[in-house]
Amino acid sequence: MKIVPLWSDALLILLLALVVAGAWWSRKQAHLKDAWRKVGASGTAMAAATVLAAFVVVGVLDSLHYRPALPAKGDGPVQYSNEVLSVLDALLLPLKSRSEKTYSAPLATHLFAKESLDGEGRDFPRLKHGGVHLGQDLAAQDGDIAMRVLTGLGLGVALWLPLWFWVRKRKIGAGDTAMGSVLGTAFVMLLVAGPVALLSAGYHVLGTDKVGQDVLYLTLKSIRTGLLIGTLTTLIMLPAAVLLGILAGYVGGWVDDLIQYLYTVLNSIPGVLLIAAAVLMMQVIIDTHPEWFATSAERADARLLALCLILGVTSWTGLARLLRGETLKLREMDYVQAARAFGVGRLAIMLRHILPNLMHIVLIALVMDFSGLVLAEAVLSYVGIGVDPNTISFGTMINAARMELAREPMVWWSLAAAFAFMFALVLAANLFADAVRDAFDPRAVK
Amino acid sequence: MLAYIIRRLLYALPILIGVNLITFALFFVVNSPDDMARMQLGVKRVTPEAIEKWKAERGYDRPLLWNAQAPGVAAATETIFFQKSVKMFAFDFGRADDGRDIAREIATRMAPSLAVALPVFALGLFAAVTFALLLVYFRASYLDFWGVVFCVAMMSVSGLFYIIGGQWLVSKVWHLVPISGYAGGADAAKFLVLPVIISVIGGIGSSTRWYRTLFLEEITKDYVRTARAKGLSERAVLFGHVLRNALIPILTGVVVLIPLLFMGSLLIESFFGIPGLGSYTIDAINAQDFAVVRAMVFIGSLLYIVGLLLTDISYTLVDPRVRLQ
Repeated sequence: MKIVPLWSDALLILLLALVVAGAWWSRKQAHLKDAWRKVGASGTAMAAATVLAAFVVVGVLDSLHYRPALPAKGDGPVQYSNEVLSVLDALLLPLKSRSEKTYSAPLATHLFAKESLDGEGRDFPRLKHGGVHLGQDLAAQDGDIAMRVLTGLGLGVALWLPLWFWVRKRKIGAGDTAMGSVLGTAFVMLLVAGPVALLSAGYHVLGTDKVGQDVLYLTLKSIRTGLLIGTLTTLIMLPAAVLLGILAGYVGGWVDDLIQYLYTVLNSIPGVLLIAAAVLMMQVIIDTHPEWFATSAERADARLLALCLILGVTSWTGLARLLRGETLKLREMDYVQAARAFGVGRLAIMLRHILPNLMHIVLIALVMDFSGLVLAEAVLSYVGIGVDPNTISFGTMINAARMELAREPMVWWSLAAAFAFMFALVLAANLFADAVRDAFDPRAVK
Repeated sequence: MLAYIIRRLLYALPILIGVNLITFALFFVVNSPDDMARMQLGVKRVTPEAIEKWKAERGYDRPLLWNAQAPGVAAATETIFFQKSVKMFAFDFGRADDGRDIAREIATRMAPSLAVALPVFALGLFAAVTFALLLVYFRASYLDFWGVVFCVAMMSVSGLFYIIGGQWLVSKVWHLVPISGYAGGADAAKFLVLPVIISVIGGIGSSTRWYRTLFLEEITKDYVRTARAKGLSERAVLFGHVLRNALIPILTGVVVLIPLLFMGSLLIESFFGIPGLGSYTIDAINAQDFAVVRAMVFIGSLLYIVGLLLTDISYTLVDPRVRLQ
């Protein structure tokens, strides 16, 4: 096994480290602690945070990549497979490897389309993996499914009870509605996850797609792409936006004019068109330099990061403008004037006195942009200027499935799965972002 | 006023030049025309002659910025920069890969784009303002709460699903209107109903929530308290005072979008097969027709800058407190 650190993995882990460090730092800052406490007291926000946490766990598991060693031939050096796997792939190996020939409905035992069987005319062939443990006894399918659902529900409750007892015993947030909503959300998620886990051991819970891949596996893999686009875009543009925003606001003069000119120009190109133009050019670069990438996963990863960068370039203007305005306000504050009177240098004022007081705007921008970016990824991938076609994402899933509604009977499960997961992710992100904004934005309207 | 408009137009010029420089850098400096040719003709097994032919067909065989071989002024004009970028200011976009004149194509495709975008704009604004007023009228009630929840849920659904779901339900299951297509004249109506409704529904969540916030901000102002104190009914306060004052940020927020309506909507037009500028852009992206994408970037920026100008002018029209110097 050889660990393959992709650039996006490193950035995602850097982001998590930043979040943890930021949380640690804000523990000592009374005003930030109060704001977070406000978020923590909101039932909806904590329920949304629980859902988001589940998505993040899946995304992080999917961000630890390696190349498995091939079986040794003789005593030469160990060879590694060209396929880059993640920890999530290893956990979901049964789902990943058990692919069928083509479409099959959720929980089906037979393929979706008729085929000629040898000597027996045309019929729906049996699936290679879905419901194969039933043998010839197809009548037992309903009972088997019911049994698995019931056991799964039991499993969910069994996993939830220790959590509940732990919270009760430690008296964390005793009598709090927020803690109740966290427990409630966890309960619902476990109740769904239990049956799904048991069912997917024997069936394709969400069916299979055109080339027979399990749709549940595809949706779980899509989560990482969505999370990456939603977070890395803001992270990549952050240094530029913060630097230019503060410089424009604090230094003023021709620096201000130049920076304003820069973002007005970028802002006046309609976003989609600038993205389209930049992505087309990026494709040319990637296609004419195949020697840069050792594996196809690395190429897809480079393209994903480039997309984040392009999205970031088109969207940093708004944040830079906000930061410039706030800096203009802050530089006239008494404490900044006092620092200047004491002879503190420009750089030190910007770093020590201005920057920390802009952090709430950065935080709000980070959480508010997330859901829009996840939605944008789907649209861009549909238009053909999104992620690499081989990258599993909500956009590529929808794109592959959208023509299938015209089939008779129709193939609805890929779209439904993408819809449900995307909706849960974006809704949770929206609710959480609202709570964060309300808590941190001093001008927020209740 | 006139002097102000002229000065604003002069301000717009450097921005347009900046956009032009960015597109030039993006399309000709980041990648050489050779790279683009190689990409379009297939990366492997492409002869130098084929690349030269591809470049000559598109006029990319000139030097980038300075043609040392040409005499006199032609040294500056016989270049890619002058032929491809400077000429855009005269709305000369050259030819697309299929040989058609891009400027002419854009002019003919504007009408279908507007036929979708204008009703969407007007209906969407009307629906969102009405809905937001309703929520504000019943503020801090269950109706308001669930209305906001509904808006957030609507915002959390990708636009793709509205289109796919709407097409499937209305056209395939109910057979009410054709799935896609377009016809000129009065026949256009039956093709336009569904895209317009879907666009309005898709956009209503976020705009309603935004307008609701604006109204709620307005409602805490002193003049509203005065209006209530003199005994006006809640309805009179909302429609006569709050709506009129909140319309200032709403109108100035949407005025910037009006010129961009000419660009059409990428998604709606491509799903419904409407031959507007949105589907033109998508087709160009898919066919990697760089000339068309470049032209659309230029037109889009131009329209955006016009929108900003209109916004400033509309401030003076709706808000007498604002004076332009």
